[in-house]
Amino acid sequence: MQPNRSPFGQGVAEGLPFLVVMVPFGALFGVLGAEAGLPLTQVMAFSVVVIAGASQFTALQLMNDGVPAVIVVLSALAVNLRMAMYSASMAPHLGRAPLWQRALIGYLLVDQTYALSAQKYEDQPQWQIPDKVHYFAGVALPVFPAWVGATWLGAVLGAQVPDAWQLDFAMPLAFLALVGPMLRTRAHVAAAFVSVTAALALAWVPWNMGLILAAILAMLTGAEVERRST
Amino acid sequence: MTVWGIIIALGLLTYLTRFGFLGLIGDRVLPAWLLRHLRYTGVAVLPGLVAPLVVWPDATGGTLDPVRLVAAAVTLGVGVWRKDVIQAVLAGGLVFAAGLALA
Repeated sequence: MQPNRSPFGQGVAEGLPFLVVMVPFGALFGVLGAEAGLPLTQVMAFSVVVIAGASQFTALQLMNDGVPAVIVVLSALAVNLRMAMYSASMAPHLGRAPLWQRALIGYLLVDQTYALSAQKYEDQPQWQIPDKVHYFAGVALPVFPAWVGATWLGAVLGAQVPDAWQLDFAMPLAFLALVGPMLRTRAHVAAAFVSVTAALALAWVPWNMGLILAAILAMLTGAEVERRST
Repeated sequence: MTVWGIIIALGLLTYLTRFGFLGLIGDRVLPAWLLRHLRYTGVAVLPGLVAPLVVWPDATGGTLDPVRLVAAAVTLGVGVWRKDVIQAVLAGGLVFAAGLALA
């Protein structure tokens, strides 16, 4: 990490390594979509229009189970509600960027771009809005094409990937790797602990609402621990 | 037809959740208490999203799998220790692959 690199260059450099996880994960969606009998156009449309891995997998799973379309959409959307929180936490940093830039950032605001940017903006409080936008664009540049390209590859290769690869675990590992560096303070650790405990305890709640409840409890915990320790 | 409906509805609604605050709040300053909560979004959502996938993986029919548990612990541990996402993924991935090969 060279400090004198431009924000855009830093974004590309720090986004690039995510190909290691985006490619297998996107390919996995392509493979599973093709195995579920979706035509290539629909598999691709999922990754281009929705760009949210966890919710795409949720939708695919429920469609396979023959769940009504409305429930499919609502459940997959619940998985994505965290994006609303991402959006709100980006607002203080990027809220004054031009509307068209915010519209594009909204489209590309996924776990990886959010996690890297949120961290970076905290580390670089002197950055101006264009710097922040450039950094975000840099991160998204490798991440988004990798996601779409890998989906295509997976859908075309289809069922040829051996089950022995256990690609299903690529997503949990990727998310855990994002969490590790976030655990910087006692408040962060407390929030993560509540998140895990509550999500497991509330796993029975339908439509993924258990995760949403767990996230709210965890945020309250983190904020309260921070308030008491300052 | 239904599949296209699902894709378009999910895509549109997901976009709104992402763009919503960023688009609507604009340059208004959010209150300190709200920012204090939002600081914990990442650590509030991602661990909860992952926990069931680690403890009850679909691939094993929902039963606890020692290989996945160890790989998850290594990924998290290396992430905390090295403060580096990629080193964490690689370490966890290697442990997982090695565990599968041995199992």
